[in-house]
Amino acid sequence: MTDVEIGSVDEVPVGEARTFAVDGEQIAVFRLRDGSLRAIDAVCPHKGGPLADGLADERVVVCPLHGHTFDLSTGSEAGGADMSVRSYEVSAVDGAIRITNQTT
Amino acid sequence: MAQRLVVVGNGMAGVRAIEEILLRRGGESFDIIVFGDEPYGNYNRILLSNVLAGSDGADEIYLNGLDWYNDNDIDLRAGVRVVRIDRFARLVHADDGSVTRYDYLILATGSRSFFPPMAGLWADDKALTDGVFGFRTLDDCVGMITQAAHRTKAVVIGGGLLGLEAARGLQNRGLTVDVVHAGPTLMNAQLDDVAGGILRKSVQGIGITVHLDKRTTEVRTDEHGRLAGIVFSDGSSIDCDMLVIAAGIRPNVGLAQRAGLTVERAIVVDDHMRSIDDDNIYVVGECAQHRGQVYGLVAPLWEQATVLADHVTGTDRSAAYHGSRTATKLKVAGVDVAAMGLKAPELDDDEFVQYSEPRHGVYKTIVIRDGKLVGATLLGDVSKVSFLMQAFDSGLPLPDERVSLMFDIGTPDVAVGVAELSDDAQVCNCNGVNKATLVSCVQGGETSVTGVMAKTKAGKGCGSCKELVGQIVEWAAGGAVTDDPSASWYVPGIPYDKPTLMRHIRELELHSVSSVFTALAPDGLEDANSKMALASLLETMWADEFVDERDARFVNDRVHANIQRDGTFSVVPQMKGGVTNPWQLRRIADVADKYAIPMIKLTGGQRIDLLGVRKEDLPAVWADLDMPSGYAYGKSFRTVKTCVGSDFCRYGLGDSTALGIAIEERYQGLASPAKMKLAVTGCPRNCAEALCKDLGVVAVGDGRWEVYVGGAAGAHIRKGDLLATVDDPETVVMLTGRFLQYYRENANWLERTYTFVPRVGIDQIRALVVDDVEGVAAGLDARMQKSVDAYRDPWQDGREPVTEGQFRTSLPLLSLPQVPVR
Repeated sequence: MTDVEIGSVDEVPVGEARTFAVDGEQIAVFRLRDGSLRAIDAVCPHKGGPLADGLADERVVVCPLHGHTFDLSTGSEAGGADMSVRSYEVSAVDGAIRITNQTT
Repeated sequence: MAQRLVVVGNGMAGVRAIEEILLRRGGESFDIIVFGDEPYGNYNRILLSNVLAGSDGADEIYLNGLDWYNDNDIDLRAGVRVVRIDRFARLVHADDGSVTRYDYLILATGSRSFFPPMAGLWADDKALTDGVFGFRTLDDCVGMITQAAHRTKAVVIGGGLLGLEAARGLQNRGLTVDVVHAGPTLMNAQLDDVAGGILRKSVQGIGITVHLDKRTTEVRTDEHGRLAGIVFSDGSSIDCDMLVIAAGIRPNVGLAQRAGLTVERAIVVDDHMRSIDDDNIYVVGECAQHRGQVYGLVAPLWEQATVLADHVTGTDRSAAYHGSRTATKLKVAGVDVAAMGLKAPELDDDEFVQYSEPRHGVYKTIVIRDGKLVGATLLGDVSKVSFLMQAFDSGLPLPDERVSLMFDIGTPDVAVGVAELSDDAQVCNCNGVNKATLVSCVQGGETSVTGVMAKTKAGKGCGSCKELVGQIVEWAAGGAVTDDPSASWYVPGIPYDKPTLMRHIRELELHSVSSVFTALAPDGLEDANSKMALASLLETMWADEFVDERDARFVNDRVHANIQRDGTFSVVPQMKGGVTNPWQLRRIADVADKYAIPMIKLTGGQRIDLLGVRKEDLPAVWADLDMPSGYAYGKSFRTVKTCVGSDFCRYGLGDSTALGIAIEERYQGLASPAKMKLAVTGCPRNCAEALCKDLGVVAVGDGRWEVYVGGAAGAHIRKGDLLATVDDPETVVMLTGRFLQYYRENANWLERTYTFVPRVGIDQIRALVVDDVEGVAAGLDARMQKSVDAYRDPWQDGREPVTEGQFRTSLPLLSLPQVPVR
């Protein structure tokens, strides 16, 4: 999956995330308070929790089910648990969310 | 290129293994093909007894419909039997002539009914004689139901669990039923002779005749080939026109045997659930033999499926199955039975405790080895089963008075020193953290309690184990616990305790969570784990002036419902004081129908919970309910439980119902550091359980009311402390508000009243909120009034979402709800 437009930035409220379905994948796009975007897999590898529903800050998102915490840039589990999600290069182009590459 | 995974067996084990594989993204790396002998989707075999008994319909026991296979791109070959495996070419041949290549093969062929040899059992090579049934498949079950309508007298061969369930089911359908058992003891796999004898009496008591020590040698038919009866080895006989064979099961191992895999009682597997002969073949469920054990219960099968999935997907190549401790609890022929581990002592040193009361059908035994519970059997009275199962699973130290393992005699001393706790004792049940994990975290160099909690996730669920986690860390660190300055901070991301934090917020007039971070956090950095607590605190402090940024809210508070394990939500409408009416009940019933609610549950707080609601359906559900939120999802004022009070109850001393409703109306939805559950009860019989609530009120006669605070009956048990005895309901309402406000302003985040009240001391609290010795009461009352005035039903959000996509699904490709599927 490279270089696809998956939705509009307006669909994601500031500070929150929304899930987009792309080619059979579910990707959670976060719109940080500084305006930048982050994109990771939408499903927690632990027990399938919806990461777009998690509380996030500029670095991490906390899964709402059991508190596993994932780095929004690298997808690694911040608490040291042996699990991770994929992260994607994402940018806003003329108000559209564009996924350009899988980074991990 | 995706590898090809072929699963032989579409039963509970095979499909569970696939579900676990999909959870680990196996859908991406594998093309999955499933062969199922039976021409159906996947159903819950355990519920066949219910179908026979008529309590479930045959269509209600499906676990995964055909949609599920489609949605997950699984190629289901239902009704196709695999007849041969060519391990060297990695091919499976099926009876429809197809040949399918595999990279990995999962054998989940399960078991079949065992038919003991007896003359006349079979009409021909394949078909049983008229009126004779096995009890294993949905077809068996439907066949029995159809035939039961035309037949009057049934015999069930087999006095085990399945046989007794079949007998009870057929009796429900109007037949006279006899059970024939070859051995001397009913349910001999689980029960000893005494227990079997007591069960026999209970079974006979409901009108089922039991014949023991009877070996059936012949099935008799009349001249038309219709079933007429059975003959025993001693020459005696019974007439019957229906016969069910439930004499045990045998693993289906023929396919594996022909493929040259090692088969003993079942297919022999290693700790990764692979055949010991072939790394590309996994085996799961009743057809697997692991370390000499073959399991016929469902719990071990779940554990096996997890290990298999971890291994085959490469998620965890070291995942290993170590066998299961099996415990069962069930109702057989109307009798409660629980059994775990050994049914009798085996070593000379084993302790054996036994209680028998045959007249009431009660029998209990316990086997203890080296101070640990290694076996227990309970018959007729299973009230202690949860404690025993826990002790059995986790090796908890047992009370010295062994009798308290069987009966509630006062409160046994369960406060166990942390040193005595066994290494595998579960400490945090929410996140599954045991003592050994905590200890090794400390030994790994983490010596602060908060650090250990962050690394292991212990105490990060409901938080009720925090104290125990702290004690274990202290013990493991041998007194070298690092004093963690952050331990006193209200939230982890801002370096102030609660009074200092509140003072800064007030002085700087910080009304939103983002402004608090900007002004007070080191480098102005946001912290996800601080947001929920800050939002709650700001709402408490500012009420209507609070600027509610939804990104600072936990998902439950973003969508005003409680998130469930599959990402659906539970919806609990307000039902003040637990009093409802036909209009509300009709609304709830209509909503449950319209949205196909998978479970409707009465809550402990006297309300009705609609579980499994999709996020995107929430606004419509609320609109159709047309009732306000019950706040069953927040760290907030939850409910006031009441008894029926003085209007109807002939013992009622005060109108508890009206008072409970008045309290709930006034304080509904208040934000607080942890949830607040209340109760009002109309006399000291205390039907509303007011003594174990955050705040409980008891009518004691002559118009007087007692107010208790700091009670609990959840993860902790604590009787509330008496705050005051007052003369009228108005004073109760006022004191309730004042106490709750004091708690809201002074408790730590997630600190329930049962910790807060003893920490501050009931005398101190009484001096401040009742006697007002420091003159703070008026301020508390005024700030509470401000919060009360700011109440707004959050379900109004349903009409006009406050953020874009507030109710949009976060798992768009999953078909929710998944419960009761998993």
